[in-house]
Amino acid sequence: MNQQLLHQQYDNGLVLLGEHMPWLKSAAFSFLLPAGTCYEPSGLDGLAGMTSEMAQRGCGELDSRAFWERLDQLGVERSSAITTSHSSFSCAMPSEVLSDVLELYGNLVQRPHLPEAQLNDARLLGMQDLRALDDEPSHRCFSELKRFRYPLPFGRISQGTREGLESIQHADVQEFFQRHYQPQGSILAVAGRFDWDEVCAQVQACLGSWRGRDVAALPQLRPHYGSRHVDHASSQTHLALAYDCAPYESPDYYEARALVGVLSDGMSSRLFSEVREKRGLVYSVFATCFSLAGQGSVLCYAGTTTNRAEETLQVLLETIHSLRDGITDDELGRLKNRIKSSLVFEQESSAARSSQIASDWFFLGRVPNRQEVCDRVDSLTCDSLLGHFLSHLPKNFSLVTVGSQPLEVSGAIDNTFGQ
Amino acid sequence: MQLITHSANDGPEIVVLQDPSAFTATFGWFVKTGARDERPEVAGVSHFLEHMVFKGTERRTAEDVNRELDHLGAQSNAFTSEDSTVFYASVLPECQHQAVDLLTDLMQPLLREEDFEMERQVILEEIAMYDDQPPYGAFERAAELFYGEHPLATRVLGTTETVADMLAPQMQEYHRQRYTKDNMFLVASGNVDVPRLHDYVAEQTASWPVAAQSRPAPSPKFSQGYELIERDLVHQHYTVQLWPGMGCNDPDRYALRMLCSILADDSGSRLFWELIDTGKAETATLWPQLFDDCGCLLGYLCCAPEDADENADIWRSVLTQTLREGVSEKELSLARNKISSSLILSDERPGNRLFALGQTWMNRRNYEPLDVVLGKYQDVTTDDVLRAAERTLNVDPVTVKVVGAQD
Repeated sequence: MNQQLLHQQYDNGLVLLGEHMPWLKSAAFSFLLPAGTCYEPSGLDGLAGMTSEMAQRGCGELDSRAFWERLDQLGVERSSAITTSHSSFSCAMPSEVLSDVLELYGNLVQRPHLPEAQLNDARLLGMQDLRALDDEPSHRCFSELKRFRYPLPFGRISQGTREGLESIQHADVQEFFQRHYQPQGSILAVAGRFDWDEVCAQVQACLGSWRGRDVAALPQLRPHYGSRHVDHASSQTHLALAYDCAPYESPDYYEARALVGVLSDGMSSRLFSEVREKRGLVYSVFATCFSLAGQGSVLCYAGTTTNRAEETLQVLLETIHSLRDGITDDELGRLKNRIKSSLVFEQESSAARSSQIASDWFFLGRVPNRQEVCDRVDSLTCDSLLGHFLSHLPKNFSLVTVGSQPLEVSGAIDNTFGQ
Repeated sequence: MQLITHSANDGPEIVVLQDPSAFTATFGWFVKTGARDERPEVAGVSHFLEHMVFKGTERRTAEDVNRELDHLGAQSNAFTSEDSTVFYASVLPECQHQAVDLLTDLMQPLLREEDFEMERQVILEEIAMYDDQPPYGAFERAAELFYGEHPLATRVLGTTETVADMLAPQMQEYHRQRYTKDNMFLVASGNVDVPRLHDYVAEQTASWPVAAQSRPAPSPKFSQGYELIERDLVHQHYTVQLWPGMGCNDPDRYALRMLCSILADDSGSRLFWELIDTGKAETATLWPQLFDDCGCLLGYLCCAPEDADENADIWRSVLTQTLREGVSEKELSLARNKISSSLILSDERPGNRLFALGQTWMNRRNYEPLDVVLGKYQDVTTDDVLRAAERTLNVDPVTVKVVGAQD
């Protein structure tokens, strides 16, 4: 199928991307703004989330209720998210209303009311999210891992902190909005059924005069290693383990990603097989690649009842270690099939594709098409994976456990690989 | 898109929603068995069996099963509810034969003792995992209070005790009685080669057991009640409520869904504006659960402990006002747009169509194309919504609260 990336760079720095999926009736967009948690001023943890929440409480001529009603009237499925780098807004909709929805979000990022009278409501909402995290130890262990592994400003979590949320004033929200809701560094990716010329003209009309400064500079990220335990009176001990790997923008990323695939993609993967199927230690175990500020990490999770946590960590580490003995043709073949199928499944969802396009552009400054991805996946061999593993042995581990007891072996994890 | 149904030579039914232009094809075995079909001493056996189905057959080891699914690049999974168990896989069209061969073979698992013991540990870990996620246990306890002696009170996962005590022969007997040709059907959606599918399934299922043990369906007698569950280190305050609802073929089910949307959608609903937008609560929602013979309406409110009493008053007053005054034309119109758009977007993926078709077929051996379903929502009036509210919210619900022992 002919696949073409459509690209338009506006004078103000905004990047508009598009990909036609004419077999769909829907259109979707992902709108990334360089307003993530890493830009929050010190002591105001949670400001990115509160600003996003406040920005959705009315804009242009519409108050909060009228804004939501308009989106409901148009039948828009929407969400917003906060990551380390971005505040983002995502919408999927019947294609015929795309133009109306772009106009609404054009107003949202430029002319939100940020109603002072609702600041406390937004703050309380943030507090709810924080408390919810306290009741979800499997999520909490990843939040704690992020805080532990990534020093400030990178280690902030989207929910912020209680102290941060309590300190935020209305002027802080206004300032964060003015400084970081800006065209420079923003990416708007559209996928599905749409007319590109109309979208370009529409974006020019509603975002062309948007102005802002350059994206704020960030310090270099230097991860923090070691282990940490968080006491939590839970049935299971939740383990989150991270170690270095090639980041998304690295030429070796596919090798690194494939090694994680051997560990964790599918029910025949090594972690599922060794930790769950052969030993029954867990219900949930997985590994995934995560990239932040030029640093790649493999993140692993396992949740197990506390008296089996030591054994689970041991098997987790041994399984990662087993990559040193090589990857079989069968494993690589299955992995290639899974990746290629997933590219086909992606064609069934405008929302999934718009999100992928925006993410690729952020990391790579370009968007590889399906053929390029397939060719790169086909180029992987068992030897190239083993070679990559041996020359990038897992190192710089960070381990966080959330549960009723700390682990005894956790201090020795870096020795597993003889470093 | 074309619906093609097939049932011959006393084989299981095959229902296909064919879309030759689709990029993928999804196949799913729907088994009409779930927690409500279990005897109390084997509570959780349907869900445990769902796991054991992947542990191998006469033709495949457990490792073979996992390897084959991954080799096909399949997006596959399974789930168990109170009244059904579903196994499905989405694949590229050229993988149809292998996918159907595998899924169909899985329906007659060996259920070996050794695998049974290992998987028991996984299920106990699953229960422990949910146990760490409040308000786990509250929905289950509320259903027990609400349904009383009725089989719908059975917990889908069972309990730590029933899972620990279960014996492999008990599961084997349950499987023989429930995984029968007349009690399951294959659904396919997307780019499907229908003739090949028919021939293959007829051949593969010829030796399957035929007649299922019938599902007991005693008349439900709904109870009311209240229970407080105290848990160590729970930070939020959780309230679960159950009201009498409707069966899955009740003509008012469309109005009931619109009522839930108007009252409790996660944005733009009455409870959203009162409790979520104001930051008073983390979650405030209502949704229907529809079964063959009856159903319930579930409510869920989660907030800070210190706000619980005030929020409970607001929650009650929103429901009371709805019962008194009904809903407006504007609210009805917004709910209709929201639901319609969500159905249209969901219908783009063959995988989603499979679940919609499978559920409808399970409920009434019937399929409603998307435009018919949209028409049903179009026809709902404010009077219908008020009637749905009166049929559900007009009595005191069962209420279960989960609070921290420290509060």
